[in-house]
Amino acid sequence: MTQQSVAISAPSGGAPPRPSLFENGLAGFFRNREVRGVLYQVITIAILFASFAWMGNNVVNNLSALGKDFSFAFLGDPANYDINQRPIPYTSQSTNARAMAVGIINTALVAALGIVLTTIMGLFVAIARLSPNWLLSRIAYVYIEYVRNVPVLLHILLVYGVVINVFPDPRGGGSWVSFFDVAFLSNRGLAIPKPIPHQGFEWVVVAFVVACVAAYVIRRRARRRQTLTGEQTMVFLPSLALIVGLPLVAVLVLNDAVNLEIPEIGRFNVRGGLILKPEYFALTLSLSLYTSAFVAEVIRAGILSVSKGQKEAAGALGFGRMRALRLIILPQALRVAIPPMTNQYLNLTKNSSLAIAIGYQDIVGTIGGITLNQTGREIECMILVLSLYLAFSLFISFILNIYNRSIALVER
Amino acid sequence: MSEQTAPPPPAARAPAPDDDTPLLARNPVVSWVWTNFFSTPLNIALTVISVWFIWSVGSAFLEWAVFNGVLFADSRAHCREIVEHGACWAVVSSRIDSFLYGLYPPAQHWRINITFLLLVAALVPVLWDTMPHRKRALLYSAFVFPVLAVWLLVGGLGLEPVSTKKFSGFMLTLVIGVTGITLSLPLGILLALARRSSLPVLRILSVVFIEFIRGVPLITLLFIASVLLSYFLPPGASFDLIIRVLIMVTLFASAYMAEVIRGGFQSIPAGQYEAAQALGLGYWRSLQKVILPQVLKVSIPGIVNSFIGLYKDTTLVIIIGLFDPLGIGRSLLSDAAWAGLSAEVYLFVALFYFCSCFAMSRYSLYVERKLERGQSHDR
Repeated sequence: MTQQSVAISAPSGGAPPRPSLFENGLAGFFRNREVRGVLYQVITIAILFASFAWMGNNVVNNLSALGKDFSFAFLGDPANYDINQRPIPYTSQSTNARAMAVGIINTALVAALGIVLTTIMGLFVAIARLSPNWLLSRIAYVYIEYVRNVPVLLHILLVYGVVINVFPDPRGGGSWVSFFDVAFLSNRGLAIPKPIPHQGFEWVVVAFVVACVAAYVIRRRARRRQTLTGEQTMVFLPSLALIVGLPLVAVLVLNDAVNLEIPEIGRFNVRGGLILKPEYFALTLSLSLYTSAFVAEVIRAGILSVSKGQKEAAGALGFGRMRALRLIILPQALRVAIPPMTNQYLNLTKNSSLAIAIGYQDIVGTIGGITLNQTGREIECMILVLSLYLAFSLFISFILNIYNRSIALVER
Repeated sequence: MSEQTAPPPPAARAPAPDDDTPLLARNPVVSWVWTNFFSTPLNIALTVISVWFIWSVGSAFLEWAVFNGVLFADSRAHCREIVEHGACWAVVSSRIDSFLYGLYPPAQHWRINITFLLLVAALVPVLWDTMPHRKRALLYSAFVFPVLAVWLLVGGLGLEPVSTKKFSGFMLTLVIGVTGITLSLPLGILLALARRSSLPVLRILSVVFIEFIRGVPLITLLFIASVLLSYFLPPGASFDLIIRVLIMVTLFASAYMAEVIRGGFQSIPAGQYEAAQALGLGYWRSLQKVILPQVLKVSIPGIVNSFIGLYKDTTLVIIIGLFDPLGIGRSLLSDAAWAGLSAEVYLFVALFYFCSCFAMSRYSLYVERKLERGQSHDR
């Protein structure tokens, strides 16, 4: 500390000149704070380089002893295995790269639906936990404690067991549950119509964009009107009607802009349509369950952090309970809750790698599992898997950081 | 944070009884019941729905698990002979030894029992902060116990050697959990110090390490331990799968631990650092005497929480072929005599984890409350 303050004041004139590093001999040189700082760093880098060089050397030796090389060319070879849930066209003759793409999409499907579900469930549980009704609050408490204190892998296995045993089994004499003859459910999965874009599909997209712009205009006008006159106008319902309705109208008018491939029930299996596997449901549901307990606690802490005066002020202004919650309490609670929520979303995404326990083929199941075992390219596959998960993590925290900045308190 | 305080004394919530309040409402019990269950129509509806929910779920579960549960039988078929529809807990009770000790040779189970007792003894000075002779007892926990535990579990030096491949069941959970958390604490402190350091190389390395580990799932690190680690060692050299897993679990936990400790550092006011410097203490001595004791104290709840996380994550080792209680349960299910009883097995394992994790979270809550009380006295 003394050295630093001397160094700072030295150029400004009257202060004594900076003492030489060797003023107190060699021992004094090593006792100098800055010198030691540099020394520590040089040693750290040296150790790091040495160990990396040693490990790199070992890798090269091991690979050559096994007659392997380091290349990603295997990604272009046929994968030779099947994947049970295929959001994009894939056969066992497709390349390993395409198998990896299927795995990435499968992971993204779990993460996307899981994040939405867990937020909704977490919000409900948090509100139940804070309910003035003692019984309801206790039920929420028991739910949270049970879910948080049991490993997520057990939740996945339990929910998967329920899905497999409770949904009807077409092979064991059950039959597919039909929803208006367009969607079918059994323990083989949920078959839903698959939309296939056809002639004139671009007009549907145009209608959607127009509806979004119109909704934005409606919102702006409503805001201006509220600031000018204090009158409130409906925004949400008309916007929703526009955004959903306009593309729907376009589809109906154009008649064959979107073809729906409706699934057909065979004896055991379903032909056509989009089939979401039971593994997908079980995984998404159990991960959402597990994470929702943590999300509920985060939201609860956020709501409790909003001071009581805010609620009372809202009441004094004539806001009802729900309105106060939606317009006054939750926006302030979110500010506190978003950073820990980000962590929970990241956990959910990372935990989706446990899919391998029930045979859902995500990133770990495809490129990190069967491809790795069949090609023997352990190093290359693990590098890909790790970088994919890092990319997912960075992407989610990037999006939520932007959101966090947009709702953060702007201080003067 | 998770515990709602026990319902406050009813009188506290009751409206202040003045002369206008009806006689009945002055009764604290009646008024508590009124405000909590029947104050508004919505509240009444919620009460009715809650009671219905608890009744329907609770009675169905009790009927299956308790009234129709079979505790002792020889096989699943035997269970079904006794009661047609009901839980067959015999699968657990007949194999409780496997759940606890796994594949460890039955003649040597006493060694695990003694190690467990030694572990409990080692935990006493860690958890009991006003214990007499605590410093000397902590030396036992930190240095004597680990040596004894390894000797007892692995064998050698007069004891029959047991291969680490036989480590399984509840004992494996404890081995991984306790080793992971004790080794990750010092590593986490070092990482947190590096991340706060003014030396750019140390800081960047620590940030990269922490963010990398926190960005990937534990399961991928375990895969690295099981398939990849041998590539980084000299040809022919390889070591035990359990040790590889322990290394990975420790690295994983230390990244999370570092963030907990870093939060602890941030809560220490700058005056403490300055005071230590004013007393002429150097970097390491001021850390040791002034800063770290305070940091560790405020970090205890976070440390316990990451321990709970690590403890639950030990179940993931079944994916690389080790047998923790869940793995033992799954192998039981592939036994023809017990096949199809997955609900019973999974619920038992869940209960086991629930009890241990719930106890730990209670402890962390207790420490948190104590810290809050201490702070409010200071001010």
